[in-house]
Amino acid sequence: MNKTVNITVSGLGGQGVLKVTDILAEVLFELGYDVKKSEVHGMSQRGGSVSSEVRYGEKVYSPMIPEGESDFLLVLDRTQVEVAMPKLKAGGVLVTPDDAPLEKLANPKCANIMLLGALSRHLDLPEEKLLAAIRRSLPEKLHEMNEKAFRDGRNGK
Amino acid sequence: MDRKMFLSGNEAVALAAYDAKAHLGTGYPGTPSSEILDEFSKAGGSAQWSPNEKVALEVGIGVALASGRAIVTMKHVGLNVAADPLFTVAYSGTPGGLVIVSADDPGMASSQNEQDNRRYAVAAGIPMLEPADSQEAYDFTVRAFELAEEFRCPVLLRLTTRVCHSKCLVVRGRTETSCPPIRYEKDVKSNVMIPAFARLAHRRLRARLAAIAALNDEKNEFNLEFPGKNGEFGVIVSGISFQYVMETCPDAGVFKIGLTYPLPLKRLQAFASRYRRVIVVEEGDPVVEESCRAAGIPAEGKAEMFRFGELDVGRVRRLIAGDLTPETPPKPGKPPELCPGCPHRKSYEALKALDCIVSGDIGCYTLGVLPPFEAVDSCVCMGASITVGVGLRKALPEAEARRVVSVIGDSTFWHTGINGVVEALYNQPPTGHVIMILDNSITAMTGMQENPGTGRKLDHTPAPKLDLVSTLHGLGVKKVDVVDPLLEQDRLRAVLAEDLKSNEVSVVISRRSCIIAAARIKSYEEKNK
Repeated sequence: MNKTVNITVSGLGGQGVLKVTDILAEVLFELGYDVKKSEVHGMSQRGGSVSSEVRYGEKVYSPMIPEGESDFLLVLDRTQVEVAMPKLKAGGVLVTPDDAPLEKLANPKCANIMLLGALSRHLDLPEEKLLAAIRRSLPEKLHEMNEKAFRDGRNGK
Repeated sequence: MDRKMFLSGNEAVALAAYDAKAHLGTGYPGTPSSEILDEFSKAGGSAQWSPNEKVALEVGIGVALASGRAIVTMKHVGLNVAADPLFTVAYSGTPGGLVIVSADDPGMASSQNEQDNRRYAVAAGIPMLEPADSQEAYDFTVRAFELAEEFRCPVLLRLTTRVCHSKCLVVRGRTETSCPPIRYEKDVKSNVMIPAFARLAHRRLRARLAAIAALNDEKNEFNLEFPGKNGEFGVIVSGISFQYVMETCPDAGVFKIGLTYPLPLKRLQAFASRYRRVIVVEEGDPVVEESCRAAGIPAEGKAEMFRFGELDVGRVRRLIAGDLTPETPPKPGKPPELCPGCPHRKSYEALKALDCIVSGDIGCYTLGVLPPFEAVDSCVCMGASITVGVGLRKALPEAEARRVVSVIGDSTFWHTGINGVVEALYNQPPTGHVIMILDNSITAMTGMQENPGTGRKLDHTPAPKLDLVSTLHGLGVKKVDVVDPLLEQDRLRAVLAEDLKSNEVSVVISRRSCIIAAARIKSYEEKNK
């Protein structure tokens, strides 16, 4: 595979944007791709817009995705769709909270993992590897809740 | 040891420092550098937060005088605070490897300016390495210690936001090193910078830089050259911009500089002679461009518009194409704000109710400048709230002078705010002064680091706790009130109103834990009982 695949995840500070890209990047790393992930820390994280990007392929250079070149855009907060849209390429896949059965969430904090599940329908990544990465990224007491959220998201509305 | 890992640049620097057996890591938190020391500590290294960057660098100098390896970390503006020891340790050097990390923030994701610290390398005469990804961050950190020991000089490792916080693959242990033993050798001519010795040291410094420049002009691991498809187009580049250039123009010849100061000018000259058009692509100031020009290397620079903000693939495309049409600004997202339930909110409500002129400082609480508070009137640098407030009070007519309050956080107080209290007491304005310390018991903005007032060390284990109240009393502040901004809102306003009327220097400590850190702080306290 020569082409670099680009995934953007956007939302607000505190919604777990970085957690989602951490999980994705870890799985891609395990699968042997060249992977880069970018994010910004500090003042901008305090409740403001947050965006994180993952790129993978045979050889990746820039850690950031150029405007209009993201193949996938996952937005965790409806208010951020308009802000994040310029990243998405024409014909790219957009996943928003409208694409997941959020009413099934036991805890609203798992919304990011449910939406990762919804995004994963479009990605060619093994479900078991995603679930394992989710478990590794969270304390044990949160595993069951998040695995369910992921599966519900992956099964769709 | 040879392990493939997925690391941020900061994590890579930390693991490299650990693998290079650095004796001590010290610094002051500042985005984008903050994670380095935490990760160094987690890896097993001995790490500490110093009260400020000058202190951190001086402690590092001491370690390196004992032949130890020291890594000192800070953000770009932190190097301003540490500039005094920096310029003189450049002369004296140290027998041990002293590596100073300057994490620059082009684009100001979380900073008050976007100064280009490559200028410090030139101004102080200190060799500078500039990694372009996490692998180089690892390799260059290890080599930085060796370079420092070989030439008996400090080495600056310049990172930028995207190198610090982007993650990519790293082979750990690829670069191996052996660490010299700790020993002390009296050497006053090298280590005591009185004028007679410093004059000699300055000459040694210039000779050392000439030797490093010669090394840089040989083939070495720091600089990479990629031949172009043809002789049309060559790019000279350093740091993260390398990634954008490789993506933007795969057919161009590329000279990637890793050892940015002193530059490999002879090699750059030879590179430039092989291409019809040569351009320098660099974020920030035209540092490499100016040096090339001065050396007679026919390289173009970038248009002035690209001096502002960080570069990316899109901007590098435009820069190379010479496209000067105005750039579309990114869609404004939601600006950051003080967290719901943040104790600073209540303090700002009180300041606003009393119509104060607020001389602000650096931290989460700088966000008090934005709506709904709009309560901060100035913000310059760490610790400036108190001193700028004193200046305002000295110049303004009495009625307005009385409205001036300096607002500073707990960590910032220990950083350089404490000097401002000395100034306020010694050179007291006629109306006195009112200082409000927003004590949320943590260094919040940069990611919840400990500080001298929290009673815990960098790794959250117990440490002596410096007490604000007795410190202030000890300095000579007679009136110090500790108020809970949430539970004592009326009292906070009453105390402030009273202090604003007096002609003394008084301090209000508005004390309540950061709402994000509160649970964490409690668990540390439980563990440390």
